[in-house]
Amino acid sequence: MQTFPEFISFKLGIYVEIFVEWLLDNFMGFFEVLNKVILFCLLKVDSFLHWLPWWVLVLLVFFLGWRYKNLKSGIFYAFSLSLIGVFGLWELTMSTLAIVLTSVALSLLLGLPIGIWMSYSAKVEVVVKPILDAMQTMPSFVYLIPAMMFFGLGMVPAVFATIVYALPPVIRLTNLGIKSVSREMVEAAYAFGSSSWQTLVKVQLPQALPTIMTGINQTTMMALSMVVIASMIGVKGLGYEVLAGIGRIEIAQAFDAGLSIVILAIIIDRITQGIADKYKIPEQ
Amino acid sequence: MSVKIKVENLTKIFGRNPKAVLKRLQKGESKETILKETGNTVGINNVSFEVKEEEIFVIMGLSGSGKSTLLRCLNLLNVPTAGNIYIDGSNIVEYKKKELREFRQKKVAMVFQHFGLFTHRTILGNVEYGLEIRDVPPEQRVEIARETLATVGLAGWEDKYPHQLSGGMCQRVGLARALANDPDILLMDEPFSALDPLIRREMQVELLDIQAKLKKTIVFITHDVNEAFKLGDRVAVMKEGEIEQIGTPEEILTHPVNDYITNFVQDVDKTKVLQAKHIMFKPGALVSIKDGPKVAIKEMKNAGISSVFVVDDQRRLCGLVTIDDALKASPKHQKLEDILLNDYFVTAPETYVEDLLPAASTAKYPLAVVDKHHKLLGIIVRVSVLSALVHETT
Ligand SMILES: Nc1ncnc2c1ncn2[C@@H]1O[C@H](COP(=O)(O)OP(=O)(O)O)[C@@H](O)[C@H]1O
Ligand SMILES: [Mg+2]
Repeated sequence: MQTFPEFISFKLGIYVEIFVEWLLDNFMGFFEVLNKVILFCLLKVDSFLHWLPWWVLVLLVFFLGWRYKNLKSGIFYAFSLSLIGVFGLWELTMSTLAIVLTSVALSLLLGLPIGIWMSYSAKVEVVVKPILDAMQTMPSFVYLIPAMMFFGLGMVPAVFATIVYALPPVIRLTNLGIKSVSREMVEAAYAFGSSSWQTLVKVQLPQALPTIMTGINQTTMMALSMVVIASMIGVKGLGYEVLAGIGRIEIAQAFDAGLSIVILAIIIDRITQGIADKYKIPEQ
Repeated sequence: MSVKIKVENLTKIFGRNPKAVLKRLQKGESKETILKETGNTVGINNVSFEVKEEEIFVIMGLSGSGKSTLLRCLNLLNVPTAGNIYIDGSNIVEYKKKELREFRQKKVAMVFQHFGLFTHRTILGNVEYGLEIRDVPPEQRVEIARETLATVGLAGWEDKYPHQLSGGMCQRVGLARALANDPDILLMDEPFSALDPLIRREMQVELLDIQAKLKKTIVFITHDVNEAFKLGDRVAVMKEGEIEQIGTPEEILTHPVNDYITNFVQDVDKTKVLQAKHIMFKPGALVSIKDGPKVAIKEMKNAGISSVFVVDDQRRLCGLVTIDDALKASPKHQKLEDILLNDYFVTAPETYVEDLLPAASTAKYPLAVVDKHHKLLGIIVRVSVLSALVHETT
């Protein structure tokens, strides 16, 4: 068997490392500010969720389920959520939820404007589309590497990696939603003398809302799945329990935590999907 | 009536480099060559016309002839490649962003073929839209929107959504939305084409009613000749981006400028376009009420007819005398007044031939066309009705 000739060996990784170091050297201030902002948001959400009495959240889930789905779903979601408490995993779940919610909020803050910008400018779309494709095909744990390089270990890199991973759907679907608004409707808005801003706010965004909601739903689900993976860089939470359980071959511990993640996923998915459905506009 | 819209040498080219293509077009290259060699489409080519105040100006033509392109230039949804559009004397092509928005908010409103309603807004919310954009206070715009909805017969539907309404009702909303802004000019792009024939006719009549009250300047697009002639005070016929003929429906019907127009209008229902005044003619003989039966007999014999209309010195119609009655009356020294008949049909000059048909086909005597002072303008005989219908259609 012939081995690959050694003299054409070339390692790309080293250049990436050099680039990241260069970034760190030159944009230290930027990363520090970013770190602070993310940490600030995260701690606020985290302490709020831990302060919140468990039954308030259970009731909230019940009401949301009732309003956006039906009574039976509401009861089911509330019961499932209580089950997590029964497993003794409530505090860990709140930590996980804090990271998910912070990541989703920041993703939307970033993703909605980018999606809107993309829908307005073909040039932006040409640049952003391939980046989104790349982001979505990359295995999710790859994001942990630059995140760690920039922010070290802990919750902030987890949030950062989660944002990067969960961003594409909301951008994509915001873009799609705005682009699929009927041309005649947009023209009608302009024909009545609307500015671009008025057209966006009064016609395009309301029309795109159901699609955008679907994007938000997908972003949330992806954020949840990423948080589990982020436990690899030492984030305390449900994911870490699963990982540790598997590592120590403690099936029982891993199973309870795993089931809790599934429960969380189902509740978040169904409720956001329910909200998306409520916003659907009947066709002419 | 003063000129409201004046369009001068308007050209619109779609594509990457319209200015360069314009030069080739002006050199006389054909649209096909231009499309083949540059990939640019000539939407409209050097079009000029005027629309008068309070007029319904119809643009008619086959699909793809450039009607929409032309109409959309009038509120600059399409920016013309060349040419000028004067509205109330000011050239809108030169408008800056702010002027343009103000122009669209106040002067001109558009009604779309597929309604273009905002499906996420209620009917009231749709009608309010233009006022909302103009920052009219909420109470005031709700009031105006309600009133406007009532004018188009949709009172009580304010809180419904567009998907809950039929097509005809949706277009009423479209019309109300345009009217709520109280624009001078209404641009209507095939507004009734998506509707069932029955609803369509209803909407046409309604538009005419509304126009009689509100007196807007309307530019109306249709590919349907009958609709064009029914609604249009004047009609422009377009072909491949150019205007072939402009005129009143009667002018186009009776004096088509070329075979294209002739073909285009041949299946129009002429009885709905032509009016009494278009087919009446001067009576061959006329007798004054002061004359005696003898004069009447002579007049009829000279003209070779068996009855004659009698008028007073103001040319007002008094009645009709037949030759038989005149011959009987003459030896008895009776006056014309004693033998006047009045079982003939009288009609106004604006009556459509459609409505004259029953009378014309059964009447014993010619139809008298009189103005509102009862002055005799002309007469119509059965033959003239029939010949009007077959005239120039073959
Ligand atoms: N936005 C556009 N881009 C390119 N070509 C267009 C555009 N709008 C219209 N056209 C072309 O211009 C011509 C006239 O179209 P249009 O004005 O829509 O015709 P009509 O309304 O009479 O059916 C057609 O050949 C059409 O394909
Ligand atoms: Mg059209």
